[in-house]
Amino acid sequence: MRLIRRILYFFRQPRQDAELAEEMDFHRRMLERESGDRYTANRRMGASTLAREDARGVWLPLRFESVLQDLRVGVRMLRRSPGFSILAILCLTLGIGANAAVFSWIEGILFRPYPLVAHQERLLAITGTARGEAGHTDISWPDLLDLQKSCTLVDSFIVNKIMGTTLSLGDRAERTIGSVVSANYFDAIGVRPILGRGFGPGEDAGSNAHPVTVISYQLWQRRFKGDPAIVGKTQRLNGIEHTIVGVAPEGFLGTFVGWAMQFWVPASMEETFEGGAYKLEDRGARWIEAYVRLKPGVTLEQAQQEMSAVATRLETDFPATNRGRGVKLWPLWQTPFNNAGTLLPTLGIMLAVVVFVLLIACANVGNLLLVRSFARRHEMTVRVAVGANRSRLLQQLITEGLILSILAATGGLLVAHWCRHALVLLFPARAGVAMTLPGEIDWRVLALSAGVCLISTLLLGLVPAIQTSKIDLAGALKSEMAGVVGGGHGKSWLRSGLVVLQVSLSFLLLVGAGLLMQSLQRIRNLNPGFATQGVLFTAIDLRGAGYNPQRAKTFDDALLQRVQALPGVESAAFGRSTPLSYGSFSSSPIAVDGYQLPPDEQPTVQYNQVGPAYFSTMGIPLLSGREFTRADNETALPAAIVNDVMAAQYWRGDDPIGKRLQVKGQWRQVVGVAKVSKYQSVRENPKPFFYLPFRQDFSVGANLNIRTRMPAETIAAELAREVHALDANLAPYEVISLQEQMDRSTSPQRVAVTLLAVLGGLALLLATIGLYAVMSYTVSQSSRELGLRMALGAGASNLLRLVLAHGLTLTAAGLVLGATAALLSTRLLGNLLFKVSPRDPLAFGSALVVMTVAATAACFLPAWRATRTDPARILRD
Amino acid sequence: MGTDLLPGTLDMLILRSLTRGARHGSGIAQHLKKISEDVLDVGESSLYPALQRLLLSGWVTAEWGASENNRRARYYKLTAAGRKQLGVENREFDRMILAIQKVMSCA
Repeated sequence: MRLIRRILYFFRQPRQDAELAEEMDFHRRMLERESGDRYTANRRMGASTLAREDARGVWLPLRFESVLQDLRVGVRMLRRSPGFSILAILCLTLGIGANAAVFSWIEGILFRPYPLVAHQERLLAITGTARGEAGHTDISWPDLLDLQKSCTLVDSFIVNKIMGTTLSLGDRAERTIGSVVSANYFDAIGVRPILGRGFGPGEDAGSNAHPVTVISYQLWQRRFKGDPAIVGKTQRLNGIEHTIVGVAPEGFLGTFVGWAMQFWVPASMEETFEGGAYKLEDRGARWIEAYVRLKPGVTLEQAQQEMSAVATRLETDFPATNRGRGVKLWPLWQTPFNNAGTLLPTLGIMLAVVVFVLLIACANVGNLLLVRSFARRHEMTVRVAVGANRSRLLQQLITEGLILSILAATGGLLVAHWCRHALVLLFPARAGVAMTLPGEIDWRVLALSAGVCLISTLLLGLVPAIQTSKIDLAGALKSEMAGVVGGGHGKSWLRSGLVVLQVSLSFLLLVGAGLLMQSLQRIRNLNPGFATQGVLFTAIDLRGAGYNPQRAKTFDDALLQRVQALPGVESAAFGRSTPLSYGSFSSSPIAVDGYQLPPDEQPTVQYNQVGPAYFSTMGIPLLSGREFTRADNETALPAAIVNDVMAAQYWRGDDPIGKRLQVKGQWRQVVGVAKVSKYQSVRENPKPFFYLPFRQDFSVGANLNIRTRMPAETIAAELAREVHALDANLAPYEVISLQEQMDRSTSPQRVAVTLLAVLGGLALLLATIGLYAVMSYTVSQSSRELGLRMALGAGASNLLRLVLAHGLTLTAAGLVLGATAALLSTRLLGNLLFKVSPRDPLAFGSALVVMTVAATAACFLPAWRATRTDPARILRD
Repeated sequence: MGTDLLPGTLDMLILRSLTRGARHGSGIAQHLKKISEDVLDVGESSLYPALQRLLLSGWVTAEWGASENNRRARYYKLTAAGRKQLGVENREFDRMILAIQKVMSCA
């Protein structure tokens, strides 16, 4: 009750003050009237200003004025020693800024990744699962409709599958990406187009039945120049005229973490964009990536239970397609099919790392404050002597800490603001894809940063407070100068402890950075099973240009001939997919002559459709048999090439060449065995895989692989000319090397390495500064002791050794502590480590060397200064 | 004056002076002075902090009203909690006075 009254009073303080003044004035006049003269009245009243202060003091024991006074004193103290202030604020700015930046990334990428989308807290990702297989699968359209019908706990199912297309406007063709979505998409996510409409019910049914599209604000502005009459106009997308029915609001980027969508089409247009067959009625065709929005109050577990029950029912109803298939819900931040999944481990580790950096920064500033609190011991003593109580002193110190951390928090938020889009920069650019990984600085991030600021304030204020609580008047007046270098003194334990903490945390980060760097090195040196040097690839979007298979075959043949004739080109070959790309390979159930299926096993194996000379062009070695030739066409005997893992698994050591393999119900003859290579990820384990002749399983639109020693730009220019000569409406996509492709697929590792290296370097710098500051202070405080030692015959080298030994003892303690922590915690890097033991001696060794060198450097200067002590002067003083 | 009072008695005296109805600050001081036959002359410096203490504890409430000479004055009124508190303080005071008297008469 009293507290509430106090708070109420605080908010009405100006009025309360006025009322009190008025009341007392009234009292005075009454007295005046009674006694007849002002003098007597005043005398009887007493000092009224003091009385008013006292009366107010009843309400607010911690007075605003005193806070103001503390602020003034604090600011004056900071301005008096600008070097200290700038260093302290800089350290804290880096610490708080790193935290705020990582908070904002986590908020903007993992928790609220989709600008303008309503109720993201109830949004979950949904994928399929296959029994006996790790990870996730896509979902088929009929399964999704059944789930939608049966799940009572879900508000809406939102389908979103990203697609690419070539957008040609006038004579400019450019690659762009969009999504195939369910008809409820815009309604379900609560995004209203600013022009026109979203999709209507039923527009996601039928084969190519509804060629309509909603375009992004960006596309509308950039390519259609903000045409206000855009709705109703048509645009050719993948060869079909689409009516533009709406324009999405500015800032809406779709629902795929990392990439900004430029257009949306309803699921009925799936065939046009996804390729292959009409899949909306095919329960076996799994191609959908989707989200669900739960009803309010429903938990993930409840929804998962309901979904699993439906999935089990579907298994019994449709055993042919659904045996062993389930569904799985994922929190948005674990979404496996977009960049949330790839960035999650990195951001998780970053969170831990920035907390360490903040701790180091706080320890650093704490140390600086501590050192200064020694220097201010006299001031504090005087204040205590003239009657300041300890809580008042503490208030002053905490206020000073608060000034520092508020300035630093402001700076830190600026840093975070500048770093908002920094993550994207760490990813390799790819043509036609607008990457967007924005940090989001909303109230949650602000609140967290404020919390960080508050905690650091307390930490900062506490350090000198512990010191001042030991102020003893008599002792301080004697102004003792303890020798700090030789022998341990009680008062230096705190400072030493903070240095040890900094060294150990920096060491931990350096070990982490070293481990990740080695992983990246291993990945880069890994042999993917195909040549990375001297092979380029590109694609021409024939499907987007409306080619039918016959026209496409003619075009492919003609282009291949022209490319092979280019100077510097050794060979060229088509392949439907290129290893390590976002698009997946085809897969098919298989049967093998003489291979008895274990019950309940329906082997499905991935494959690629490749043209003549594919293996020699890609540099994939053939272990036996032959590669596909031009003779392996539509009329020839169906052929296949398997990899050695598949040969070992299904032919059990027999030579598979000449044996039969059934793919999609058709028997084929195995004509060759290729060496296993990496298909979808450099980190995957060797797995069965096979190849079919492109002509025998043709699809419009394929990648062209070119073996050449020429640089990519040269080939790109020549290729563009050749393509243009064949069809003026076509343009090839970007031409990149397979090495570049490898680099793109390992970008999460590279992001992690870069971030950890930057933060590790920062931590090292902070720790070095901290060590240097403490050593300098120690030397300056021990000048008398050092002078005495010198006078008694100690040489410069003795002193150098003495001071260095002190600093390096602290460092060694920090290293031991850090190494212990690292041994216990580096396995948390988990998935980001690749073929590197979490206790890799090289990473630990190099961190040790770096830390020791930095520490020695930090100690050397103060130590050298110690040798310059003038014993005569010291003894005189 | 007032500083010579036993600690805490001023609060009790104020509460007591409000039992017959609301008074303003000046009225309270006058009342105390009159009843005590000019012995208790309470000045601003002890009266107003004491009144704030009572407000803070919720034993009195304050309201603006017109004074006897038609000026704006702040009137203090005893609350139920204040009345109870007065009882407590009264008993405590009696006990204390009794104790003091015993000590003084024994010597």
